[in-house]
Amino acid sequence: MSDMEIKVPTMAEYMAKGEAPDVLFWVGCAGSYDDRYKKVTKAFVKILNAAKIKFAVLGTEETCTGDPARRAGNEFLFQMQAMANIQVLDGYQVKKIVTACPHCFNTLKNEYPDLGGNYDVIHHSTFLQELIDSGQVVIADGKPFKGKKITFHDSCYLGRANDVYQAPRSVIESLDAELVEMKRCKTNGLCCGAGGAQMFKEPEEGNKDINVERTEDVLETGSKIVASGCPFCLTMLSDGIKNKNKENEIEVLDIAELIAKNQQL
Amino acid sequence: MDYIQQILFLIIAGVAGYLLFGRVVQIRSNIKMGKDFEPSGDKSTRFKNMVLVAFGQQKMFKKIIPAVLHLFVYVGFLVINLEVLEFVIDGVAGTHRIFAPYLGSFYTVLMNIFEFLAVMVLISCLVFLIRRNVLKIDRFKKIEMNGWPALDANLILITEVVLMFAILKMNAADQILQSRGVAHYTDTGFLFFSAHFIPLMDNFSDGTLVFVERAAWWFHILGILAFAVYVTYSKHLHIFLAFPNTYFAKLSVKGHADNMDAVTNEVKSMLGMLPADAAPPAEISRFGAKDFNDLSWKNLMDAYTCTECGRCTQQCPANITGKKLSPRKIMMDTRDRMEEVGKNIKAGNKGLDDGKSLLGDYITKEEINACTSCNACVEACPVMINPLDIILEMRRYIAMEESGSPQSWNVMFQNVETSFSPWKFAPTDRFNWSEDLKNPKN
Repeated sequence: MSDMEIKVPTMAEYMAKGEAPDVLFWVGCAGSYDDRYKKVTKAFVKILNAAKIKFAVLGTEETCTGDPARRAGNEFLFQMQAMANIQVLDGYQVKKIVTACPHCFNTLKNEYPDLGGNYDVIHHSTFLQELIDSGQVVIADGKPFKGKKITFHDSCYLGRANDVYQAPRSVIESLDAELVEMKRCKTNGLCCGAGGAQMFKEPEEGNKDINVERTEDVLETGSKIVASGCPFCLTMLSDGIKNKNKENEIEVLDIAELIAKNQQL
Repeated sequence: MDYIQQILFLIIAGVAGYLLFGRVVQIRSNIKMGKDFEPSGDKSTRFKNMVLVAFGQQKMFKKIIPAVLHLFVYVGFLVINLEVLEFVIDGVAGTHRIFAPYLGSFYTVLMNIFEFLAVMVLISCLVFLIRRNVLKIDRFKKIEMNGWPALDANLILITEVVLMFAILKMNAADQILQSRGVAHYTDTGFLFFSAHFIPLMDNFSDGTLVFVERAAWWFHILGILAFAVYVTYSKHLHIFLAFPNTYFAKLSVKGHADNMDAVTNEVKSMLGMLPADAAPPAEISRFGAKDFNDLSWKNLMDAYTCTECGRCTQQCPANITGKKLSPRKIMMDTRDRMEEVGKNIKAGNKGLDDGKSLLGDYITKEEINACTSCNACVEACPVMINPLDIILEMRRYIAMEESGSPQSWNVMFQNVETSFSPWKFAPTDRFNWSEDLKNPKN
């Protein structure tokens, strides 16, 4: 499998051939620039290649969805971004979008329709679950997570914001791992601290950082792996685990990385 | 002599009704100072929400102990009000237990149910008082609860305890008077719960018992009338407003933030996306919310509906980690500011132009900036209040009217504008990640 050439086609390349992919992979800014999350992007692309999904990315034509601007109150900037993106997406006649960022997911799915951009948008955890269910990804038996405790951190923009709770859990369970819930999970999940544009500024004065509070929930489960489906959560949890000096014991992994490891991609 | 009681009752009921009506008009006009708002979704879904969440208390059951206790108080309130109907008719007509002869043994069953509920309400309210004042449950002890809000909660609970006690005492005296065959005291049958109070009063004279019975009757009905007026000044309005509030609650997924159509028009006009013959976008009075009247009337109804239970604040990640933000305080401040302006206008003063505003004088930027927009507060509220809506509107005001966002956010805005990413990376580098995949040896 590792000898296989990995392809990352762009929408422009498809269009030049007069073809259209089945799905657009919206990479997001973190997936494009953040060193840690680039690994998730690559893991997901490898899975898409292995499953022979006809996908494409926008490449350098992708820009911020505008979500952080909107959450911070700059509606002008959000709408400028959104309208520019809608022009690009509609220009390529995009119908279906998958993204590994719950913030992009929420904005593209729920907020672009108000500005005329209507797409079928799914989060990569749901997409992966569908690939497993349809047999396009066949989980290799006994591969590295069998019987291991994995806890899943619900990102607010996937869970409470969009009621996606089961898909990432189904993916974890498909790996024969033992899914252990934190005391605050699903609708009661605790934020990692980065939502609402908090990722882009220092927290207000308090007595604790939110990611440290959340990391304590993780430690309580006794899991050596904490899975998430969001670039910001991944950063916040990794930092929280470093804060507790547990970075050599506990791994923070994205759902796509779990599958990629199982598939030895 | 009898007429005096009737006239007195009518006068008091009239005064209470007048005061209550005045408050309803006041609250209505305060709420109507909010901006127009188009409720989302279809009526049948909204109605279903109201039935499940308000009438059925669905969201209360996330916390089972308070849910069960609250259910007793709620059912007690609904059912015992049927008895109040009899109180009112008796008060006006000068009768005593007017329904008893007509309903016969069914009256006895009804009265026993009422008494059971009265006892359960009494016990529940006592437990609530203990939870607030002895166990000092964290969410009742947050800083915004100091002073009046804590007293308000205790007053309501104590009033309910005393009112329920009055019913039982009245029924006990009534039963003794019945057994002695005193005139006017119609047979109610055996009333199980109040019968326990009989030994306390068994050696009273007829006259004393009539006095006790009458006093308890008057105390109960006066208490209820006073309570009805008091509720409109207190945090307790959820008993009525929970219904319209759940009916008008947002139906879209929680992640959806309302689009600002006024901005859409401006942006389209800037980008030349409006048809040539379109009218230029109207001058917008204000982006976002500085004062309460910049919010929608639904946000304002939310504020009057809030009963300060603090489930939102208890779940708020910012509050949990010691930041100043408390979603409950956002709702309390909004109501306090509304009341202040409403009172000002009524007194012929300047109203909104009193040099104060909700953002700044009540709610600080520090609170607004601490929100992670995680929707935990929205999820937690048993009556579908949305504090996040208000927070976002204030952020919009700060960002677009004042350019007063935190410096790091202004930098982020600039990055999005110039680099099309919240971080300052070259847009041409956006696709560099694919190089490693295409050339795995790199």
